[in-house]
Amino acid sequence: MTPEVKAKIDKLVSENKIMVFMKGSKLMPQCGFSNNVVQILNTLGVPYETLDILADPEIRQGIKEYSNWPTIPQIYIDGEFVGGSDIAIELYQSGELQQMVEVALAS
Amino acid sequence: MISPEQVQTMIQERLSNAEVKVVGDGEHFEAIIISPDFAGKTKVKQHQMVYAALQAEMASETIHALSLKTYTPETWQAASQAV
Repeated sequence: MTPEVKAKIDKLVSENKIMVFMKGSKLMPQCGFSNNVVQILNTLGVPYETLDILADPEIRQGIKEYSNWPTIPQIYIDGEFVGGSDIAIELYQSGELQQMVEVALAS
Repeated sequence: MISPEQVQTMIQERLSNAEVKVVGDGEHFEAIIISPDFAGKTKVKQHQMVYAALQAEMASETIHALSLKTYTPETWQAASQAV
């Protein structure tokens, strides 16, 4: 991963309380797993930023190295990697995701 | 293409004392892994331990999707009673 790609990712995850690297966009998710995450965040009704890695191959590879996580989507809350689709669903079902999001948005 | 048995063996080799169940169609897989090694670790760490066993297959996207459910023996007990 080039320093420029890393800097770009650093900027995205630090400037956005809730940042999702996904396939497609909020309105047009291109993959079921990415769609899961979008649906969960929409249900929580919180503001979040997304980046379509299909349109940015450098970030598509770089993000996997950045978080040591091989798949997309990837969710970051308050700059911290939280997980992918499976973990988002588990955290949502346990109510932990709501807490994490509220803390992040309140800070 | 890769078989669920191959995926299961790779995880088993890496997480020696884990109980592993894998189902899949050759590209999309679901795995349940029960191991005491997960104790005290976050979900992300647990899943990263499993992904580490399949690094090449994940990077090359031989495995397109891998849904993971990770448990310690204790949480598995609780989960199976709840079901």
